[in-house]
Amino acid sequence: MSAEYVTGNEYGAHTSHGGSRLAARGVTVGYGSRAVIDGLDVAIPPGVITTIIGPNGCGKSTLLRTLTRLLKPAKGTVVLDGEDVARLKTRDVAKKLGLLPQAPVAPEGLTVSDLVARGRHPHQSWLRQWSSDDAGVVERALAMTGVSELADRPVDSLSGGQRQRVWISMTLAQGTDLLLLDEPTTYLDLAHAIDVLDLVDDLHESGCTVVMVLHDLNLATRYSDHLIVMREGSILAQGHPRDVITAGLLDEAFGLRATVIEDPVGDRPLIVPIGRTHVQAGQSEQPGQSEQFGHSEHSERSGTVPAEEYAN
Amino acid sequence: MNGTEVKASVAPGVRLGRMSFVWRPWVACVTLLLAVATFLVFCLSIGVGDFPIGMSRVIATLLGKGEQVDEFVIMDLRMPRALAGLVVGIALGVSGAITQSIARNPLASPDILGITGGAGAVSVFLLTVSGGASAAVVSSVGMSAAALAGGLGTGLLVYFLAWRRGIDGFRLILIGISASAMAEAITTWLLVSADIKDVARAQTWLVGSLDDRSWGAIRVALWCTLALLVVVACVAFQFKPMHLGDEVAAGLGVRYTRVRAVLLLCAVLLAAVAVSAAGPVPFVALVAPQVALRLARYPTPPMVASGLVGALLLTGADLVARAGLPITLPVGVVTAAIGGPFLVYLLVRANLR
Repeated sequence: MSAEYVTGNEYGAHTSHGGSRLAARGVTVGYGSRAVIDGLDVAIPPGVITTIIGPNGCGKSTLLRTLTRLLKPAKGTVVLDGEDVARLKTRDVAKKLGLLPQAPVAPEGLTVSDLVARGRHPHQSWLRQWSSDDAGVVERALAMTGVSELADRPVDSLSGGQRQRVWISMTLAQGTDLLLLDEPTTYLDLAHAIDVLDLVDDLHESGCTVVMVLHDLNLATRYSDHLIVMREGSILAQGHPRDVITAGLLDEAFGLRATVIEDPVGDRPLIVPIGRTHVQAGQSEQPGQSEQFGHSEHSERSGTVPAEEYAN
Repeated sequence: MNGTEVKASVAPGVRLGRMSFVWRPWVACVTLLLAVATFLVFCLSIGVGDFPIGMSRVIATLLGKGEQVDEFVIMDLRMPRALAGLVVGIALGVSGAITQSIARNPLASPDILGITGGAGAVSVFLLTVSGGASAAVVSSVGMSAAALAGGLGTGLLVYFLAWRRGIDGFRLILIGISASAMAEAITTWLLVSADIKDVARAQTWLVGSLDDRSWGAIRVALWCTLALLVVVACVAFQFKPMHLGDEVAAGLGVRYTRVRAVLLLCAVLLAAVAVSAAGPVPFVALVAPQVALRLARYPTPPMVASGLVGALLLTGADLVARAGLPITLPVGVVTAAIGGPFLVYLLVRANLR
């Protein structure tokens, strides 16, 4: 059996070949004739959490969907473990790369264990629709996401946060260590969002490479090891949150006036938007002049970043 | 509940030689009971008539051990009609299960998507416009071909009109309802402007009827349905993750556009074959999958059970229409009268729980 379920202990085989496992090379993608992304290069660093951020309509979801093969690039290639994904079988891609779309909906009444069991689909065939391996993997996926006790409950009876855990559990049952999550915290309140992101961090700790799109900049900063900041279909900056997040960048990328301070509880920068009301005197005048956190001089900023960057 | 050890209850698997699948005792039990019930009603339906034959003699004849008189009455006279009920019921049930699953909406049955309406309109066109001149063609091959062409044409039209970067359930249903209304308008217009004798025939056909079935008429429907069911069975495995939505299915390695196109084509053809054999019998395709999923306590319409419920409903309705009522009614009237209340009962029971 080639593609087995990967847990923390078994992990290691994949990290050994260094380099990026997933990269886009010169991709141009769009809907109809309008190109949302034009000639973009990006490489996903292995073994860490990468988050794509950017203003609405900047092409971050389009980039994620292109990386997962949901969208076919008009030009350029997406490379997974050294192979062009367009040449791979859909089923083989599914054995390597787990995808959770934004706000998925389960049929009414489908139980948690049945939903998670569907994650085994890429490993099954018409004749072999269920095996004892599958049962074991599904049990482990349920346990890893802390939803074992909910196994017999219908998915629609759960809270938003639990539901999202269940869906992540399904992508884990796929047996991949490369997870792409499109806005996993959509529609969740802050407490549940933190809960889900803590789970994502657990998965990263156990060896998964995670790529996600997030809207909340502070959550993205706190939970990511690598940020990709996009604007108008190209990459504005990327790197460690400490290097990337500056008041200047936020203004450039989002047109957001903010001050970046040291996070009182974390070791990452904290973004405090300035806005208009209830602002103390002296804060609202000069955008970009506010206190900047950390090693802003190291932040690299360019329209396109070479794909080889992580292929060291 | 033992508090010490929480073990996830994952469905057990069964192995049969090289095959393995999930073992769901309740679904299997319900499916088996439905099959037995369908068979019994089928036999009962064969036995009822001007020359009544007991259940045991019917079964003996079916097994090839019957008397000669019984064999003639059953195999030559009554079998085509009973078999037509069975085949049409299965075709409509499976067709409805597919369309409802693809649209992820219980409203999306072939009746509502305009498939039966389109098949009906083209058939009535043939019946009324060609008139008595080509009565021979109208009676058999012509009607089947017309229904098939009408159903397939409308189905494809609705599919392509509903296509916008993929298929959205609501859009499919709205366009289907429009197509259905247009087909009905055309049918009405044809009936109004047609000769009175043709109208009477067209009306009977439009309600859905199993009367006057002969071996010749149902043989085509039988083989077409069998062939289509084989295709559906082959693709069904790839269809499983599609209940979770296109993008999740794609993430699980399913080429969903292709699978959906094949299955939808099968559903349209199954419905069209059913219409060509028995007229646009209403309600079976809508109600059978919904009854099946509630009986099987399964979140999505189960294909086999849906087909069996369809067959049971149609065969049972035909039995009631012929034997249970003081007047003889077309089967379509009875399917609506039985199927509707039963679905309402299942929905109300679910509310009370």
